[in-house]
Amino acid sequence: MTGLEFLWFILVGILFIGFFFLDGFDFGVGMSVKLLARNKRERDQVIQTIGPVWETNQVWLITAGGAMFASFPDWYASLFSGFYLILLFILVGLIIRGVSFKFRSSSENAKERNLWEWTFLIGSLLAPFLFGMLFIDLVQGLPLDASKNVMHATFTDYVNLFAIIGGVAMTLISYLHGLNYLRLKTEGVIRERALASAKKLYPALFVGLILFAIFAFIKTDFFTERFTSSLILLILIVIFAVMAAYGTYKNKEVLSFISTGLIFAGIVAFLFNGLFPRVMIGQNPEYSMLIADSASTPYTLKVMTIVTCILLPIVLIYSGWSYKKFSKRVKIDR
Amino acid sequence: MDITSLARFQFGMTTVFHFFFVPMSIGLAFAVAIMETMYVVKKDKIYKDMAKFWGNLFLLSFAVGVVTGIIQEFQFGMNWSEYSRFMGDIFGAPLAVEALLAFFLESTFIGLWMFGWDKFSPKVHVVFIWLVSLGTVLSALWILAANSFMQHPVAYKINEASNRAELTSFSGLLKNHQLWLEFPHVVFGAVVTGGFIVAGASAWKMLKGSDTEFFKKSMNIGLILGLVGSILTIGAGHQQMIVVGEDQPMKFAAMEGIYEDTGSPAPWNIVAGIDTKNKETKWEISVPYMLTLLGGQESYVGMDQASKDLHDEYDAKFGTDMNYYVPVKTLFWGFRFMAGFGTLMALMAVVGLILLHKDKLEKIRWLLWLFVAGITFPFISNTFGWLITEMGRAPWTVYGLFTIEDSVSPGVSATSLLISNITYFVLFAFLGFVMFIFAKRFVKKGPYYVDPSEARKAGIDPFAKEVF
Repeated sequence: MTGLEFLWFILVGILFIGFFFLDGFDFGVGMSVKLLARNKRERDQVIQTIGPVWETNQVWLITAGGAMFASFPDWYASLFSGFYLILLFILVGLIIRGVSFKFRSSSENAKERNLWEWTFLIGSLLAPFLFGMLFIDLVQGLPLDASKNVMHATFTDYVNLFAIIGGVAMTLISYLHGLNYLRLKTEGVIRERALASAKKLYPALFVGLILFAIFAFIKTDFFTERFTSSLILLILIVIFAVMAAYGTYKNKEVLSFISTGLIFAGIVAFLFNGLFPRVMIGQNPEYSMLIADSASTPYTLKVMTIVTCILLPIVLIYSGWSYKKFSKRVKIDR
Repeated sequence: MDITSLARFQFGMTTVFHFFFVPMSIGLAFAVAIMETMYVVKKDKIYKDMAKFWGNLFLLSFAVGVVTGIIQEFQFGMNWSEYSRFMGDIFGAPLAVEALLAFFLESTFIGLWMFGWDKFSPKVHVVFIWLVSLGTVLSALWILAANSFMQHPVAYKINEASNRAELTSFSGLLKNHQLWLEFPHVVFGAVVTGGFIVAGASAWKMLKGSDTEFFKKSMNIGLILGLVGSILTIGAGHQQMIVVGEDQPMKFAAMEGIYEDTGSPAPWNIVAGIDTKNKETKWEISVPYMLTLLGGQESYVGMDQASKDLHDEYDAKFGTDMNYYVPVKTLFWGFRFMAGFGTLMALMAVVGLILLHKDKLEKIRWLLWLFVAGITFPFISNTFGWLITEMGRAPWTVYGLFTIEDSVSPGVSATSLLISNITYFVLFAFLGFVMFIFAKRFVKKGPYYVDPSEARKAGIDPFAKEVF
């Protein structure tokens, strides 16, 4: 493995962290449209908090996918074809969520709006749940063959208890992250209700994290392969969760929002750390795919590194600027 | 059905559907940018209303375009894993640049544009839409860089050990002559698409006689874009044809429906009866000299000779049992539909502009109805354009290097592919339907519509004069 290959492995991880940190609260806000808001004005308010930014947040996923394709074509090929149906329904989720913003605002009556609120909710639930499943399946190992493809995978390779726990955890964290975002971005009844809901959900989060840790211990080789780093990252995840809870109970909005985002970062880091130096874990360890096996050529990686070093800071500057410009709280009576 | 056919059907379906909305977004963003610029320059509020009104249609198309674009990105890995392995070293870089350079730009500034009307001065606000427009065009550039490689591989070497194409020069990838023909052709085609949507919808409102000044001005902009765009598209397409004749003789011969080599100078078939079973052209109506005049070559090889040449060149690599004939009828008639509607649009734009400026257009109702029907014309041209480009590449995904048969994902079952095909089909039909209803309803309401319930809530009398 070369330095550039290692760098791109980290970068793919960072792009996924960016995606979960940013689009994570969009999913949570999407769930809040039905679970938290109770009438049209509240729903308008909730949706408006992410209206100007969700599209950019979603680009993090497209970039993560593109970067994976570019830097690790074999990983991209094996992962995407290996998780065919899960990705199909992730796409369905992203599509119905993606169109529901514009379609809802173009609706004429309550019945139509209701339809797009439901697609918004379902899409926002599907995507994080299935991403949670996908990542957990990935680290549990799949039936890879000598040609690097996932062959003859069974139903339980995709749907199993650990994966479902992972899916529920991702959905729950997204919802909490969304509630924390709403506390930051709204005024009035939604803000209060988001706080009350979040307070109730933390116990569930901690139960989920304990289950996650137990299953990670049993079902993955993380603790036999990389004990110290896995343990440290697991502890960090717990610390972030405690910080998030503290921030919520003490009503420190920024702290709780950043902390739920960091839980995502911790989980992705935990999973990527466990994967390393592999990108795909074979049920037969002989066929596990390594970073070094699946990377693009040094030349392509070099080109992409240069391009990224130039463009990513610019992207961060203007998207940060756009957040700043829309930093005002969204009030219910505009 | 086998997995290759299912994967091909899916690629065709998603690409065609996605490519309804891509040129629409590129074209409308550009049209809106021009309208808003006119508002900033002329300070006439009607242009601001125009930018907002047509901008809404742009946002609708963008919403559907983006979500179908994610399918495009994902399906390379999902359905075509072996192709991704072969092409990843080359395809990946432009795709990653597209995301970093274009997608972030578009999506961020769309947010700023959409929600920033009251936050920014007009001079700043207009910059946002130009950045969005730039983003849409840059996105086309990078994805076409990848596509051009598939049509005409350059700047690569084959790694025998890993059986993949590896990039040797990033600038070489961008200097691909196919790119600089495809890119202008696609982008100018998108300008026509935007222009004809604006013109067609305006014609419809002129027929209804509502907001006449607004829609006449819109029509003018739409027609100018349609005219300039279609002339440039035809010009770029012409250049592209010349190069296709050299790079992909089979595609060219199929587009012209010639099995046997032409004489010199070559005639051009306007229409022809093609018998793909016996590999012959049964009858044709042709114009002498025309193909030589159009294509710039004295004579052209027919498909039979092209097939022989391809066999000579590739038998050692791909075997003697390869079929190098492409779907001839689709290419032949596809080209005639594409070019025919392209020419028709250029003519319509000229006639429309002349009559509009003589103030006669609104009296000729049948012509206005033709413009309403004309909304579909760029979509027909665009779709056939892509069918020709991609089907004419058969039997390869990467011309001369990697076949379609070898490209599919071996681990994906036919059942999975069937499920995804049905899911996408239902989803696309639904999205297309909703999109059409919303667009129609939106245009019907017109630019100065005030929702009565909103107005009541805000304490405004919806019929008071100041509302309008």
